[in-house]
Amino acid sequence: MADFWNDGDAIVDTAAPEGPIENRWEKRKFSAKLVNPANRRKLTVIVVGTGLAGGSAAATLAEAGYHVKSYCYQDSPRRAHSIAAQGGINAAKNYRNDGDSIYRLFYDTVKGGDFRARESNVYRLASVSVNIIDQCVAQGVPFAREYGGLLDNRSFGGTQVSRTFYARGQTGQQLLLGAYQAMERQIGLGNIEMNARHEMLELIIVEGKARGIVVRDMVTGEITTEMADAVVLASGGYGNVFFLSTNAKGCNVTASWRAHRKGALFANPCYTQIHPTCIPESGTHQSKLTLMSESLRNDGRVWVPKDAADCQKPAADIPEEDRDYYLERIYPSFGNLVPRDIASRAAKNVCDEGRGVGPGGLGVYLDFADAIKRLGKKAVEAKYGNLFEMYQRITGEDPYAVPMRIYPAVHYTMGGLWVDYDLQSTIPGLFVVGEANFSDHGANRLGASALMQGLGDGYFVLPTTLGNYLASGPYEKISEDHEEVVAARNEVESRIKRLLEIDGDRTVDSFHRELGHIMWEYCGMERTEEGLTKAIGLIRSLKEEFWQRVKVPGTGEQLNQNLEKAGRVADFFELGELMCIDALHRRESCGGHFRAESQTPDGEALRHDDEFSYVAAWEYATGESGKPTLHKEPLEFEYVHPSTRSYK
Amino acid sequence: MAVTGLLLVGFLYVHMIGNLKIFFGEETFDHYAHWLRSIGTPLLPEAWYLYIQRGVLTVAVVGHIVAATILARRARLARPVKYAHRPKVQGSYAARTMRWGGVIVLLFVIYHILDLTTLTLNPHGVHGEVYRNVAEDFAPGRWYVTLFYTLSIVAVGLHLRHGLFSAARTLGQQSPRSAVVVRAAALVLSVTLVVGYLSVPFAVLVGLVD
Amino acid sequence: MDIQVRVWRQSGPTDTGRMVSYDVKDISPDASFLEMLDVLNEKLILDGDDPIAFDHDCREGICGACSMVIDGTAHGPEKATTTCQLHMRHFKQGDTIDVEPWRAAAFPVIKDLVVDRTAFDQIIQAGGYITAPTGAAPEAHATPVPKADADLAFEAATCIGCGACVAACPNGSAMLFTAAKVAHLGLMPQGQPERDTRVIDMLQAQDDAGFGGCTNMGECSQVCPKGIPLTLIGRLNSDYRKAVRKQL
Repeated sequence: MADFWNDGDAIVDTAAPEGPIENRWEKRKFSAKLVNPANRRKLTVIVVGTGLAGGSAAATLAEAGYHVKSYCYQDSPRRAHSIAAQGGINAAKNYRNDGDSIYRLFYDTVKGGDFRARESNVYRLASVSVNIIDQCVAQGVPFAREYGGLLDNRSFGGTQVSRTFYARGQTGQQLLLGAYQAMERQIGLGNIEMNARHEMLELIIVEGKARGIVVRDMVTGEITTEMADAVVLASGGYGNVFFLSTNAKGCNVTASWRAHRKGALFANPCYTQIHPTCIPESGTHQSKLTLMSESLRNDGRVWVPKDAADCQKPAADIPEEDRDYYLERIYPSFGNLVPRDIASRAAKNVCDEGRGVGPGGLGVYLDFADAIKRLGKKAVEAKYGNLFEMYQRITGEDPYAVPMRIYPAVHYTMGGLWVDYDLQSTIPGLFVVGEANFSDHGANRLGASALMQGLGDGYFVLPTTLGNYLASGPYEKISEDHEEVVAARNEVESRIKRLLEIDGDRTVDSFHRELGHIMWEYCGMERTEEGLTKAIGLIRSLKEEFWQRVKVPGTGEQLNQNLEKAGRVADFFELGELMCIDALHRRESCGGHFRAESQTPDGEALRHDDEFSYVAAWEYATGESGKPTLHKEPLEFEYVHPSTRSYK
Repeated sequence: MAVTGLLLVGFLYVHMIGNLKIFFGEETFDHYAHWLRSIGTPLLPEAWYLYIQRGVLTVAVVGHIVAATILARRARLARPVKYAHRPKVQGSYAARTMRWGGVIVLLFVIYHILDLTTLTLNPHGVHGEVYRNVAEDFAPGRWYVTLFYTLSIVAVGLHLRHGLFSAARTLGQQSPRSAVVVRAAALVLSVTLVVGYLSVPFAVLVGLVD
Repeated sequence: MDIQVRVWRQSGPTDTGRMVSYDVKDISPDASFLEMLDVLNEKLILDGDDPIAFDHDCREGICGACSMVIDGTAHGPEKATTTCQLHMRHFKQGDTIDVEPWRAAAFPVIKDLVVDRTAFDQIIQAGGYITAPTGAAPEAHATPVPKADADLAFEAATCIGCGACVAACPNGSAMLFTAAKVAHLGLMPQGQPERDTRVIDMLQAQDDAGFGGCTNMGECSQVCPKGIPLTLIGRLNSDYRKAVRKQL
């Protein structure tokens, strides 16, 4: 099995301060070198991506006086996929006086991450969470409020305190627009040079430091090299490796993967969050999956027929005694409110037994009949009206009359480029923020924590730690004729040329779809050694076929959406393989990674802290062996001691 | 647009009330017309007020047209390529017909001045004999004049129905509740105006005025 | 179901463009409009034709990327729905559907159905923000906001910047877009210091970008996928009048 990778040296996070956890960030802030305000103008920072992390970072760095160059593949920075986040953002404000605190948020996050996150990072995240809310309110983010005019909070994702701030079901949108507006202000002032419809295709490293990127103007096809004193990647997660996910169609791993190929370690790629309440696939035309808020599980009851033979019948024709409310049956104390990973896997299990409902048998019922009977249709409508409407719009079914059908879908990826406490990757000068890095969620992310991390990184953490790096600058100016720059550029150009020249007989999407099937089948909710080994073989041969048979129409000198997709899918093949290798090597179940071989007698996830309490950081397979090298960063838990989750 | 438009609407109402005096008989109506020329005397010489008012109205009309032309021109420049599939009207028809409606109204106003102010086109055409001028004008034999008049007044009504609402909006009307009131008021005011103006020619037509 | 689509094809900004018909067969009524175009594109690619370029991203109605005028209506026949959330079950077997890009001078066509909406960003740059440098924020509860104001501000802030309002407006005006942002920020106490300059500067930017003037026709609000109310334009006008008066 170890045939798939080499073991390398352990890594240590050299930036992490020591001492009492509550003082570490203060300590780091004080020890960080400062940049004289007058010198900041001379320092250029590239930020790739304009979501919550990238947008907030670009705005804050520009406010601080740095010259920022920002890039996004969308037509406007406002469209980054953070915009689709629904639920809310956590912050340890304790406005409800319900016993919340920074320490409790820290504790919940470490525990929720199944003890695979760094304590120092998580504590810092919890402590800046309160500043995030202040910042967003000052920007005019219209959070939900109570009649007294103060901010409203709700409990989210099964936590026992109400610490989630929200703006109806569109919290991500409102937070992103706040960051976007701050960014546009800086663009107007000339402090940010915005390049929308530009895609980063390569990282430029000179003398061991990240010094720039190669980008393609997606409108004209022009390839340019962009130089800077530091590069920040805020390019999001890689859930689209599964083809069907709740990510936007354009979400991709290319920026991260190019950096990985150039030496940045990629950590914990196998940690994938699968969200239980998505609208199931309706057919082969399906291009993406839509998430519905988890809050539906507060009143909806999940069930499938007891007998597989009943699956084709209309739900109304299945009498009460023939229904299996399996979550309530297996987890009597949490019932329908078990955490995301458990609810997802349980749905998969019943569907694997042939008891799934709807097209292809890939769905379970989420039934509101009892809630409507108990609370009245009006009350249910007031609570979930907009979600019901969305469901009806997509499926054409009326959830007041027939139960909803739901199925799990890939939603978030906890893995990403390895970063130290300063959010710096293993390449000096390359910083990674938001979902693109691996750092704070461990093996499983809690609800309403992604927005917190993206904004925490961008508004508060990066501007401090990046300053420390830039304080040693400005770095020597690099000419566009520098051999490393020319080499990176040539690499991009020849890759595009190669993709266009294959002129085969299969479309990019057909390959992507097939890759997605392999990943979902073998590296999805439940993984086995056998399946993963098989998947690696399948991915390798599919990748080979891709480079022989893909058909990319058009030229490189125009808007060419298939060329863009082809480049991204090519990177997804390599990432997919690494995800399978990572999943294969981690012979334990934890958070968003469930290995069938590692479960308790009653089918629950079984961690092996003695063996696997580390971050798996992978070095790209550059050597002759063609195998990635595993570097382990050991995790120590001084404050929150590993325990086993139980929801029975 | 809003300010000049409202000024013109104000005039239309006063003018309509004046018109309705025709129902009080020839003498009263002619007397009213004569009185109009004497407003402001003896402070102002005879008919000066009327000329001042005409001046103000002309400025308002020109201002209204200039603003409309600028808007129309901007609209044309803002959409250089037209839709191949003609967009269907989602809002109100009255709003969509403001520009052509405005042109029709303008043509009518010119004719109307030549007809009943300068009397150039009037069949009776005697200054001071206002009642007779009107009665002869709308005589049943001249049905085409009445028809044109009617169509023009309906165009004015449609123009006002959107115009009044739009003017309120432009001047800052913003609550959903008052929008309902404004829309209703615009409708009532437009209908009143149309009925008020049309009552005269139809009265002539049916012989109520002759 | 089988349908025919007539799609605007324009190879680049300088091409004049034309409507081209395509037959699409065996489309599931459960497919979204964009998925129908995906299926068509797959066929075009394999036939050696140029696939249709169109903007899209989240495909769940929130990013605002998708932008098609379908049978003369921005985002198609369903109310309060983006193109990506429009499903084929709203069409009939044998229909001919016309698909065009947003048409506005301020949104020049890049290719086929893809237009450049940078003008919207420019309007925001002119004043669609509250100046709040990171770190300078007071405690979040320092300024309570009446719930009614917060709710209305939220409603205005749900604008996704898709540009359907411009596409539908017979004047090619961006007033609803600008009004939504002016209202969102103007309703919050945090937005008061910049309220006057904001409305003046944003309107100026809107005019400079080549959008038409507003004549309160209301087409914009009818096609808005988020149902941004037309009344916000009155709010903008009121703010504008007050701001100009203060400047005098």
